[in-house]
Amino acid sequence: MAQSTQQGSPAGEPPEPGTSPEKPDFGTLTKFQPASLADSMHDSLPRWAPLAATGLGALVAAALLAVTDLHVALAVIAGTVVAIAAFTIASRAVEGERAATDRFVTSLVTVAFVLAMLPLVSVVWTTVSRGLARFDYAFFTQSQAGIIGEGGGAYHAIMGTLIVTGIATIISVPIGTMTAIYLVEYGGDNKLSRVVTFLVDVMTGIPSIVAGLFSLALFTLLFGPGLRIGIMGSIALSVLMIPIVVRAVEEMLRIVPARLRESSYALGVPKWRTIVKVVLPTAASGIASGVVIAVARVMGETAPLLVTVGLATSTNLNPFEGRMATLPVFAYYQIAFPGIPPQAFIDRAWTSALLLILFVMTLNVGARVLAKALAPKTR
Amino acid sequence: MSRQIDVSDLDIYYGSFLAVEKVTMEIRPRSITALIGPSGCGKSTFLRSLNRMHEVIPGARVEGKVVLDGQDLYGSGVDPVAVRRSVGMVFQNPNPFPTMSIYDNVLAGMRLNNKRMKKSEADDVVEQALRGANLWKEVNDRLGRPGAGLSGGQQQRLCIARAIAVQPQVLLMDEPCSALDPISTLAIEDLMGKLKEEYTIVIVTHNMQQASRVSDRTGFFNIEGTGKPGKLVEMDATDTIFSNPSVKATEDYVSGRFG
Repeated sequence: MAQSTQQGSPAGEPPEPGTSPEKPDFGTLTKFQPASLADSMHDSLPRWAPLAATGLGALVAAALLAVTDLHVALAVIAGTVVAIAAFTIASRAVEGERAATDRFVTSLVTVAFVLAMLPLVSVVWTTVSRGLARFDYAFFTQSQAGIIGEGGGAYHAIMGTLIVTGIATIISVPIGTMTAIYLVEYGGDNKLSRVVTFLVDVMTGIPSIVAGLFSLALFTLLFGPGLRIGIMGSIALSVLMIPIVVRAVEEMLRIVPARLRESSYALGVPKWRTIVKVVLPTAASGIASGVVIAVARVMGETAPLLVTVGLATSTNLNPFEGRMATLPVFAYYQIAFPGIPPQAFIDRAWTSALLLILFVMTLNVGARVLAKALAPKTR
Repeated sequence: MSRQIDVSDLDIYYGSFLAVEKVTMEIRPRSITALIGPSGCGKSTFLRSLNRMHEVIPGARVEGKVVLDGQDLYGSGVDPVAVRRSVGMVFQNPNPFPTMSIYDNVLAGMRLNNKRMKKSEADDVVEQALRGANLWKEVNDRLGRPGAGLSGGQQQRLCIARAIAVQPQVLLMDEPCSALDPISTLAIEDLMGKLKEEYTIVIVTHNMQQASRVSDRTGFFNIEGTGKPGKLVEMDATDTIFSNPSVKATEDYVSGRFG
């Protein structure tokens, strides 16, 4: 009873007579009793307080903009600082020291989150608003063959991107998965697996142009200079993709509980069959999403494709002969070397960019769906 | 089905560390042998050496003989995979395969080894094994459901069904009830009593009441101190071990004076 009346009372108000915080009756327990429980109780700010603080910040920023000729960004920063300060001070007055610290840190974290989101939202907004101009039927069905000015589409580049990344995936997934299986199931901590792990780490960090030049050098060595074919791009992309796949699969295999392997061994199942039939299916959902995210990562690579696949204006579906268009390279050329009228080229570049974002988004959503579908069920 | 195991002078190592020293033991067919002793005394390690699961751990090895039905399990040319097919094992924590249904879990020993069988044959195996593990009545209407959806006690009986579905000669149980509640424990103990008519059972347990309730013979393992190897101190009929052991340490342990 006494507790509930105190809960409502504002901070600092002395507790009602008869409920004095000194409780001698508790004997030795007294020192474990939160003796200041009554003192530490405070009112809390209303639930709309964070909103109000944000509104205050916005007002300050607007006022600054109206009165002075401050840059917008500076005004927003000033508004944010004022809002956080006011919020924290109000919280300290009403809720006490600890709650105020909590409020302050929460505000900082929220600001950091908004800062991180800004570029993302800005990129999506810019790409969508500028890319919609050419987001039409022709863009998906026509190539640039015979197009000088306006019109045409990116059918050739879409197919090129799908073919080049598709082949890169076919090359990388088996190699990456098997490397990860070696590292987790067979290598243990031996010298070879330590070297492989180190190399994988290094490969994760290599600039993509290096992968492109590697592929270019490899094919120049084998077939002579000047060659530009789709498969060269796929090789370059696999160099980038394999380490990502290895890392993703390795992580997934490591979290498969050892006791599942043991119970399979105890049934007289050989090791390789245990890996194929118990370990891989258990990790399948994580492996699938890891692979899809790896595909999404390399799909937008421009530099390695620029030096290996080149660009074509007409549709070429054969990765073993002739140059191929790909979306990133297509976008680059459209915006870097526009023809006349330039707006048509710029529009095509933005639509290609929008399409790449949509591809990556679809792949990520697909990864989630796949992971959910493959995850072990308990119902 | 059930066979005798004769262990002689078995030393079990982890790398260069001698974990269990000079165990000589006779495990009788159609009976339950319980292994008791304080934590870290090597009884689980010893149990795992009976079906060559011990060597799954890198660096682990044994010296000595484990003879099952006249055949040394550690003889040259003996395939550990074949050993594990005739000596089944149930672990401390129930661990059905999460990607498989109840039905497939029971058949895991066959399916994972690519043994081809007719549907009717497979159905028979599943029913027999689940009946054998006292689980049939509880799950026969939902065999297609995931094994991981069962309760802990049911999962453990599913693991027992999985182990007996491959018709092993010996069943090893490593603290099979330590993760279960008393009712599930009782179900598993009843089951052991039934299974011993067909199988040779070896059980490691920390629960001395359990050892005295279910086992015919009991072996007491002990360890002198950290870093020292564990040893088989005494082995005898369970009644004798619990009422009139010949070694002082055994009496102290079973009466709860240490350990």
